[in-house]
Amino acid sequence: MKFERSDLLGIEDLTRDEIGAILEATDSFAEISERPIKKVPVLRGLTVVNLFFEPSTRTRTSFELAEKRLSADMVNIAASTSATVKGETLKDTARNIEAMSIDMLVVRHSASGAPRFLAEVLACPVVNAGDGAHEHPTQALLDMYTVRKKVGKLDGLHVGIVGDILHSRVARSNIWGFTKMGARVTVCGPATLIPPGIETLGAAVTTDLDGLIPELDILMLLRIQTERLSQCFFPSLREYAEIFGVDSARMARARKDVIVMHPGPLNRGVEITPDVADGPNSVILEQVKYGVAVRMAVLYLLSGGERTSEDTH
Amino acid sequence: MKILIKGGRVIDPSQDLDGAADLLLDGGAIAALGPDAAAAGTADTVIEARGLVVAPGLIDMHVHLREPGREDEETIASGTRAAVAGGFTAVASMPNTEPVTEGEEGVKFVVAKACDAALARVHPIAAVTAGLRGEMLAEIGAAAAAGAVGLSDDGSPIANSGLARRALEYARMLDRPVISHSEDPGLVGRGVMNEGRVSTRLGLRGIPNESEDVAVARDIALARLARARLHVAHISTARSLELVAEAKRLGAAVTCEATPHHFALTDEAVASYGTNTKMKPPLRAEPDVAALRHALRTGQVDAIASDHAPHSQEEKDQEFDVAPFGIIGLETSLGLALTELYHKQVITLVDLVRLMSTNPALILGLRSGTLRPGAPADVTIFDPGRDWTVDPAAFLSISRNTPFSGWQLKGKAVTVIVDGRILLRDGEITV
Repeated sequence: MKFERSDLLGIEDLTRDEIGAILEATDSFAEISERPIKKVPVLRGLTVVNLFFEPSTRTRTSFELAEKRLSADMVNIAASTSATVKGETLKDTARNIEAMSIDMLVVRHSASGAPRFLAEVLACPVVNAGDGAHEHPTQALLDMYTVRKKVGKLDGLHVGIVGDILHSRVARSNIWGFTKMGARVTVCGPATLIPPGIETLGAAVTTDLDGLIPELDILMLLRIQTERLSQCFFPSLREYAEIFGVDSARMARARKDVIVMHPGPLNRGVEITPDVADGPNSVILEQVKYGVAVRMAVLYLLSGGERTSEDTH
Repeated sequence: MKILIKGGRVIDPSQDLDGAADLLLDGGAIAALGPDAAAAGTADTVIEARGLVVAPGLIDMHVHLREPGREDEETIASGTRAAVAGGFTAVASMPNTEPVTEGEEGVKFVVAKACDAALARVHPIAAVTAGLRGEMLAEIGAAAAAGAVGLSDDGSPIANSGLARRALEYARMLDRPVISHSEDPGLVGRGVMNEGRVSTRLGLRGIPNESEDVAVARDIALARLARARLHVAHISTARSLELVAEAKRLGAAVTCEATPHHFALTDEAVASYGTNTKMKPPLRAEPDVAALRHALRTGQVDAIASDHAPHSQEEKDQEFDVAPFGIIGLETSLGLALTELYHKQVITLVDLVRLMSTNPALILGLRSGTLRPGAPADVTIFDPGRDWTVDPAAFLSISRNTPFSGWQLKGKAVTVIVDGRILLRDGEITV
């Protein structure tokens, strides 16, 4: 199918077919990353700006590699080096960047809705690289791609997402994505970190991790940020690890072929112990690997997806 | 100068009046009302009001005029001009200006500026605590003596219950209502919208209903303890409405107001992150909006007030998290009340006049809000059937921050008379 969108702001907006189309396209780009010369001229001559208002190593690097492998000219702008600290508004920052005739904007922002705000202001395609607690669509796409690669399907799987659901854009995008693709999603975490009405997004809710684990095909753990401690969401990291951390003892209750995922960066010893993170069920590094291919597919499809598509095959 | 208003449907709840009548104004006072008004003397000006409603001047008891301090967003002159265009003869101005409107000096500044503007009347509300800091009492006795009609720390709820108690006791001595912005700061936290399904979906930090409910419960308890008059501003939740209704049953002097945005919009309006849907308290979910409409229908809400809160385009045109709270309402309030409440059979026109004139005057202890002979010659004439489209570019307010742009409304002010001076005629400002 043809991908008609000019922006990727969230998984909520996408249909099952559109998600399918991105995952299909990812296959060809995953192959490119296996070649000795990992570069195709798909976005040659186009300028992509990565505008990051929040620190990010993994996502920014992944987008950067995707852009380079597509032969785009790319520029990174980190909030600390941009004019925003001098009191320039987001709108002005965006307009200034666009005035330099850019072709695509990848944006990460701590405020939910900021990419949508930019998409309304700017004519060029906007890719959401994570906004507040709203969405992180490319993360969900790479998670779905990784699972499909491992299991061969998404339909009928049971996905458990464990941790700080309240503040997690990864959780929201994955709830939308996996449920649209026919999987079941259950979220699990401290009652303080489960947002009200999360079930209306299509997820079941539990605080009983030990009861949930044996039922899961996919166990996705989220990073616990230490600042949540000072905000009184739970009493201590030790107690969090005790109740919601996954170690080998908990893994013993899981199905043998359960897939363990984590969007990173890991807090080893808090939400996941090193032996589980590095163990046979973990696909954490494959998530990172496929992240580049998924982002190549997204950039390619948003750029129009036709003009040089023969180059990718 | 004598003005005769002929042939209108005169609605004055203060006299249980609803029927065809003539109204004669002489100078700054109501001279006569009834079939004999026309005969009472020759008028200098005759206003034909057939098919229109003639009401005591509407009063918006909750507005922010931003002067002193943020004259780029609104001034007392621009705000009172917008008020007249919206059908209001008087407004009560909140004290969260820069510097804060408190004590004798602060109140006198507002009174003087309003006098210079000579548009809608301005009844100042003075700060309860010094600098709105919630630490110690402001000079509210001096403020009252200078003309403050009420006391409020609107926008900065008083967290310290002991101080809130003292404020209520002191206000009782001065016979002024305390107008409470009832929200618990700890429960509001860094929230930016109503907490629930929509905030979860949008990934925006939520403000639960209970942040209002616990504050209203506390404020009612303290008002009863202090035997003071409490007016709950911009009430927005079903539970808060029950608490106010219960307080009234128990005989407490508690009243409350509702804003047009809280009865016209739900939190679904936030779905596209438009910052003109960001205000405090936040737009609530559908059951609360239904409860608010029900409370308006059954007379449990005492007043409609706009919480007119001007903000510059630059400040509103930002990320939802960053944009300031508040929207303007002076020029849409009457149209929304008529469209959303009267035309949808929630309230009658008599109710509407009671909510927008009679009761605000009673709560604030004003002489207006009635058409009794001798009362100030403040009159609003409106056409309940007039269709119009909200166009922020046409607003007389300096600011444009409204979520109602493009709304088709039914009902608009036609003529506004303040102190016997015709300031709005046939929908046009005359001064």
